[in-house]
Amino acid sequence: MSTIAAIATAPVNGGIGIIRMSGKECFTILEKIFKPLKPQKIEEIAGYTIKYGHIINMETGENIDEVLVSYFKNPKSYTTENMCEINSHGGTIIEQDILKQCLLAGAELAEPGEFTKRAFLNGRIDLSQAEGVIDLINSKTSDEAKASFKQLEGGLSQKIQNIRKVQLDILADIEASIDYPEYDEVEDLTTEKMKKVLTEIKERLVKLENSYKNGKILREGINTVIVGKPNAGKSSLLNAILNEDRAIVSNIEGTTRDTIEEFVTVHGIPLKLIDTAGIRNAKDEIEEMGVKKALKLMKEADLIIDIIDNTKELENEDKEILTMLTEKVAIILLNKMDEGDLHLETSEEIQKINKPVIKISAKNKEGIEKLYQKIIELFKLNEIEIAQGSLITNIRHKNHIHNAIEAIQEAENVLKQGMPIDLISVPIKQSLEELSSITGENVSEDIIAEIFSKFCLGK
Amino acid sequence: MKYDAGKYDVAVIGAGHAGCEAALATARLGLRTLLFSISLEAVANMPCNPHIGGSSKGHLVMEIDCLGGEMGKNIDKTYTQLRMLNTSKGPAVYSLRAQADRKKYQMEMKHTLEKQENLYLKQAEITDIGIEDGKVKWVETNIGAVYQVDNVILATGTYLKGKIYIGEVSYESGPDGVFPANKLSDILTKIGIELVRFKTGTPARINRNSIDFSKMEIQNGDEHPTAFSFEDSIVEDKEQLPCYLTYTTEETHEIIRKNLHRSPLYAGEIKGTGPRYCPSIEDKVVRFADKERHQIFVEPVGRDTEEMYIQGMSSSLPEDVQIAMYHTIPGLEKAEFTRPAYAIEYDCIDPSELKLSLEHKKINGMFFAGQINGTSGYEEAAAQGIIAGINVAQKAKGKEPVVLDRSQAYIGVLIDDIVTKGTNEPYRMMTSRAEYRLLLRQDNSDLRLTEIGHKVGLISEERYQKFLKKKTAIEKEIERLENKVVKPTDTVNQFLERYQSSPLTTGAKLAELLRRTELKYEELKEIDEERPEIPKDVAEEVEIEIKYKGYIKLQQQQVEKFKKLERKLLPQDIDYEAIKGLRIEARQKLNKIKPNSVGQASRISGVSPADISVLLIYLEQQKGQ
Repeated sequence: MSTIAAIATAPVNGGIGIIRMSGKECFTILEKIFKPLKPQKIEEIAGYTIKYGHIINMETGENIDEVLVSYFKNPKSYTTENMCEINSHGGTIIEQDILKQCLLAGAELAEPGEFTKRAFLNGRIDLSQAEGVIDLINSKTSDEAKASFKQLEGGLSQKIQNIRKVQLDILADIEASIDYPEYDEVEDLTTEKMKKVLTEIKERLVKLENSYKNGKILREGINTVIVGKPNAGKSSLLNAILNEDRAIVSNIEGTTRDTIEEFVTVHGIPLKLIDTAGIRNAKDEIEEMGVKKALKLMKEADLIIDIIDNTKELENEDKEILTMLTEKVAIILLNKMDEGDLHLETSEEIQKINKPVIKISAKNKEGIEKLYQKIIELFKLNEIEIAQGSLITNIRHKNHIHNAIEAIQEAENVLKQGMPIDLISVPIKQSLEELSSITGENVSEDIIAEIFSKFCLGK
Repeated sequence: MKYDAGKYDVAVIGAGHAGCEAALATARLGLRTLLFSISLEAVANMPCNPHIGGSSKGHLVMEIDCLGGEMGKNIDKTYTQLRMLNTSKGPAVYSLRAQADRKKYQMEMKHTLEKQENLYLKQAEITDIGIEDGKVKWVETNIGAVYQVDNVILATGTYLKGKIYIGEVSYESGPDGVFPANKLSDILTKIGIELVRFKTGTPARINRNSIDFSKMEIQNGDEHPTAFSFEDSIVEDKEQLPCYLTYTTEETHEIIRKNLHRSPLYAGEIKGTGPRYCPSIEDKVVRFADKERHQIFVEPVGRDTEEMYIQGMSSSLPEDVQIAMYHTIPGLEKAEFTRPAYAIEYDCIDPSELKLSLEHKKINGMFFAGQINGTSGYEEAAAQGIIAGINVAQKAKGKEPVVLDRSQAYIGVLIDDIVTKGTNEPYRMMTSRAEYRLLLRQDNSDLRLTEIGHKVGLISEERYQKFLKKKTAIEKEIERLENKVVKPTDTVNQFLERYQSSPLTTGAKLAELLRRTELKYEELKEIDEERPEIPKDVAEEVEIEIKYKGYIKLQQQQVEKFKKLERKLLPQDIDYEAIKGLRIEARQKLNKIKPNSVGQASRISGVSPADISVLLIYLEQQKGQ
């Protein structure tokens, strides 16, 4: 039997969350994603041991959460298989991220009630308990059905249905042309048209999949770093956004020695704002540390806001910062519009890096709204989308969408090889099936219904 | 007055396409078989379109042939045109279609029946069926003959309480002017079988001499036609008859719209459910109002008749309206009707009352096949006929029924669909219903089914040996191509260049080259020095198996997954009401369908994945006890 994983705690933002794995490969999988403080060989770890450490992101190696992991060794576990329980901090996003790492490392997503089913199949629960097991499966399933139904109400469901519609449409074209070859009703699909439709489907699916990432941004905030030469107005900007004098604002360069972090929600989008010490050739030790940290923060940022004094010509420090923005998502703010305008946006250095430029007055809180709009635009966050909850947050849904994308890519491949339409229809149908697993609809019947609603066929 | 007419093993009621296959199968398998038809002039009749095969239906005919059925052979003898459809759309959907000489087809089939040992063809209407203790005992004809039988196969087509509608006129009738079977409907109801009402229709027949073909497009048959039966080859000197294509006009639509109130369908007279894929012309005009024209195919009904079938113009409008509207079609301005279009309503059963063997779940020895099961189409009927016949014989011999699964044959898909899900409209086979259609090709029908046909006893030893030889030849040639390496010589690369295929830099297997879309098996001969002489059908099979290997393998993997649940069998005596944890809807559905396997259960609408988990647990529990 495969190794399965699932979130064991209810899908709410509680204090802690538990992710459970069961199966022969349980510990091998765990080793790939869990870095304990004191590493030990698995043979040396006794059952019922709890170890402290971090769950890491398989791809980047970054820490996701600090956790406690309980080890249960075969046969002394709930399922009688090797098992572990990862105690993480609560919050759906963190739990799902950890679950995602388990799946990436080789586990399969557990079916509803599968742990209990295994416990039963492996003889852990006796017959008298079996009835309880079945009830449990049912209650669990109906809860999950309820939960997923809620999620499918509104925007998300509509989006998936819209993509299904395109898939059904092209499949109906293909199937009708196969089942009714002599009818001119069904024009033969050209490679170009097919390519266009496949690209369209893929783009929409990718957008959906990306919304899973947006879900993460919503939960954890956009990591935003404010940079700029000393006294360009970084702290004033922070204050303008926070509406309070939190950072010390003064005219002496280098006042902000360390970094300041603030959370703020703007139009429903959480920003994690980080003000850095002015990046400049540090004169003293404390400030040098701050500068180093600022450089590191810039590297990790989701968004960099570079604030430039628009009443002074660009200095070397400004130029240096600008060159660091090339590869990043960044916005350039030309500050102090209340004091003057040197039209720095026309300067070669700013033109060259091709980032959005906004003129503001941090002091008078002018132009801040424009900044917000730009952020929303850059992260393709749509307020309506957020309000409707049409973001993918469920990892099962995300997996189906991911598979659907892969199937469409396969269809594109088959098309490129010049294979006949019958073979192309196979992966397209596969992608439709993936989406239908989310909406719970029957594929074959849907295609047939689509054929006859679309075409006029038959004697 | 009743009289004892003797003892037989099985009575087949109805000698249409289902009844003929069923009776031939049981007789050939040694059962004393009665075959009844209200009129012997209606044996193997095609009351609607005069063609056999086409997309997915061609597959059915070939599958029937490989199980040892007759339809393929019969049409190979009596076609008027043969065409392979879908040749550019992929090997799995190549579909052979024949125009049939309707009368010759009937006579040929009737003669085959008459010559068949153990088969007794009778003209009579069955008006009663005797059932004792839930088991079939006898059948009685309208003139009082009582035959003792162990099994009965009902293949009544559209005859049960058949009612024809032509505009305001309606009358009780079977298809094509034959008497309907009214009493049998009541008998079935009395037995406790629920009947539903379905509807279908057919267009007018027109005298060829009144048609102006110069206004139509001609459609000829294939130059080198192939046969349906794997035992036949087509002699190419037989003349093929053309079909013709024309279109409705705005005028046609205008006449229809003006007279809709005279259509029994729109006036609400007809209650039966019609098929979506076979709409009447008035349906098409209403549902697709913005379409400027609809295609009309004009097809010959036979070689010795002037009647032409007008596909696309089925209707239940009054005859005067029909004539007016046909006359608006280019080429049909002066059309002389020989038979008007009509709609027909008939009784059929809910096929989900059947087992996958096509035997009724509650009545021992009562089998159903064909249109009575809510399907439509000659090929669908014949497919069920041969399976019902085989399973009566298996039962008589105390053997397990033959059930083809969805990965084995279109026949398997068809029967699994109707038995597992029932149907609320006449069911037509379509390629899109088959999940594993890359595996269910016409070309490999013999590889899929000959073994089964032989084991059952319908495929002769001679045919079987020939088949085994072919199979070995295919395997041998595939193996040779998968291993034979061609070197990147100048000759090879010049060859590749000629076919716009990228040149080789290192050696490559012949199979790898064959997998390139631009290269064909026949052409590769040039660089394949050791190529053996192999028959055309072997070469075709080798080419498909190698060219599409990747895709075929993928489907085979899907099949493996699918079979896991198919292999988990559910005993027929399970009381699903007693299984705690199943949802109420699932309990009811499962008790009604009594699925054979967990796989089949999972296809029942209303049974959720959670219910399937419960079933799996229940099965494990039973094992433990």
